[in-house]
Amino acid sequence: MEKLNVEKIREDFPILNQEVNNNPLAYLDSAATTQKPLSVIRAMEKYNRSSNANIHRGAYTLSIKATEEYDKAREKVRDFINSPSTSSIIFTKNTTEAINLVAFSYGLDNIGEGDEIVVLITEHHSNILPWQMLVQRNKAILKFVYLNEEGLVDMNDYKEKVTDKTKLIATGHISNALGTINPVKEIIEYGHEKGAIVLIDGAQAVPHMKVDIQELDPDFYVFSGHKMLGPMGIGILYGRKEILESMSPFLSGGDMIEYVEEQSSTYGELPYKFEAGTQNVEAAVGLKSAIEYLEDIGLENIKKHEMKLTQYALERMKEIPYVTIYGPENIKNRSSVISFNIDDVHPHDVATILDSYGVAVRAGHHCAQPLMKHLGINATCRASFYLYNTIEEVDQFIESLKNVRKWLGYGS
Amino acid sequence: MDLNSIYTELIMEHNQSGHNKRHLDDPDHKERGHNPSCGDDLTLELEFDGDIIKDAAFTGHGCAISQASTSMMIDLIKGKSKREAYNLVDTFIGMIKKEVTDEKELEILEDAFILQNISNMPARVKCAVLAWHALQESIKEDVR
Repeated sequence: MEKLNVEKIREDFPILNQEVNNNPLAYLDSAATTQKPLSVIRAMEKYNRSSNANIHRGAYTLSIKATEEYDKAREKVRDFINSPSTSSIIFTKNTTEAINLVAFSYGLDNIGEGDEIVVLITEHHSNILPWQMLVQRNKAILKFVYLNEEGLVDMNDYKEKVTDKTKLIATGHISNALGTINPVKEIIEYGHEKGAIVLIDGAQAVPHMKVDIQELDPDFYVFSGHKMLGPMGIGILYGRKEILESMSPFLSGGDMIEYVEEQSSTYGELPYKFEAGTQNVEAAVGLKSAIEYLEDIGLENIKKHEMKLTQYALERMKEIPYVTIYGPENIKNRSSVISFNIDDVHPHDVATILDSYGVAVRAGHHCAQPLMKHLGINATCRASFYLYNTIEEVDQFIESLKNVRKWLGYGS
Repeated sequence: MDLNSIYTELIMEHNQSGHNKRHLDDPDHKERGHNPSCGDDLTLELEFDGDIIKDAAFTGHGCAISQASTSMMIDLIKGKSKREAYNLVDTFIGMIKKEVTDEKELEILEDAFILQNISNMPARVKCAVLAWHALQESIKEDVR
């Protein structure tokens, strides 16, 4: 497909075709979760109608069919992010679980007293709390890298914070709260030079841009299915094979074993070592279908479309004197997320008022309280765009914004 | 959803006036109320004269609903006994949870009665009850 046809795309997303509070729904919260195209919904239905059974169980036909579907989904993910091997792709519940897996399985055994972990101030709580728990337990140290005047990662600060004591660096690829695209290739290269392991949280990146594991060369890369048109309940951990092989299991139990004795056991091979218990096979099937949908439209086309919307929205918002926009000034450093506030109106009131006009935006701290504190604000509103959003929806959002202050008794 | 029933003049008045948003000179008790899901954060300050709530005020930040609700509560409880205040909290939370619907019973809430409409907005219930829970925490030991 050469150019993205948004009208045609919207036909694939029946949920978007509804009214909210007597206005057409403008769903501008895809950074929180995305909607599912019919093909994803149908793929999961088809799996449940024809192939559902527990995987890796017995020799009967249905179980074999389910196992094949699950394996195909893993291979699809490998191909999508260009991972060097399929066994490096571990299915988890979500990004959060994937980071916890690394913190507890890798971190507890390899990061000890006095060792340092470096994260960015823009991280989501899911990329802070697992490290906090780890450093508290193992008496290690957690360090934060701050932003420069342009609102970007201060690479000088980064290079100061990473020392020969740094064992692990964990950064988001794209900030969920500000939409900033971080220079992860540079971050990874420098981290490796200093002998550290690097984890990249790609939850906000993989849905919107081509991520090539072999080009970036991170040690761990994590993301979620539900932010890329797939279902909730499936996340992905890519791990460098040698590192994954050296790690102990995170969860243990069924399906991840080789031999089990009364007092000790040996574990299965990768990736099964990290997939204990019954897995979310239908979500894996849905994720595969979501990737196929994204590939069919083309990530380049999606990116162009959503950045056109972002640029238009930013321009229109800048015309409104009482709107403050956060995040990088240069659109080249931005993804399709706009964090903003309206003078004298709390973000929750803004979100409630926008909802009355059918516009769905997020309000709050975006699971990034340390960032909010660093910026000296309590909360923001956040609008985020994806392939199914339209210029008309941006207009609806802007016109609704202009009404907000009136509801709170201000002149304009 | 009718915004007129939420962002009423009275709520706007309480949100903007700020007459209860200050520090007390010598509070007997401070109670912080925090809503981690949205970041609303306020501290209630109370001054007692024996069993009577002699003065009350608050600081902190939050949405119009939480700010107005806090201010209305402070107007309502000043000069009341701890027991009376505790019962008012019970009635208010009952109203927001739709457990108390009898208008006669709700009259005692005075201005705060206007927040009844919030009971139809699940996303905003926590904003309305934040300060009331803080007050409940502050005096529950004394009214047992």
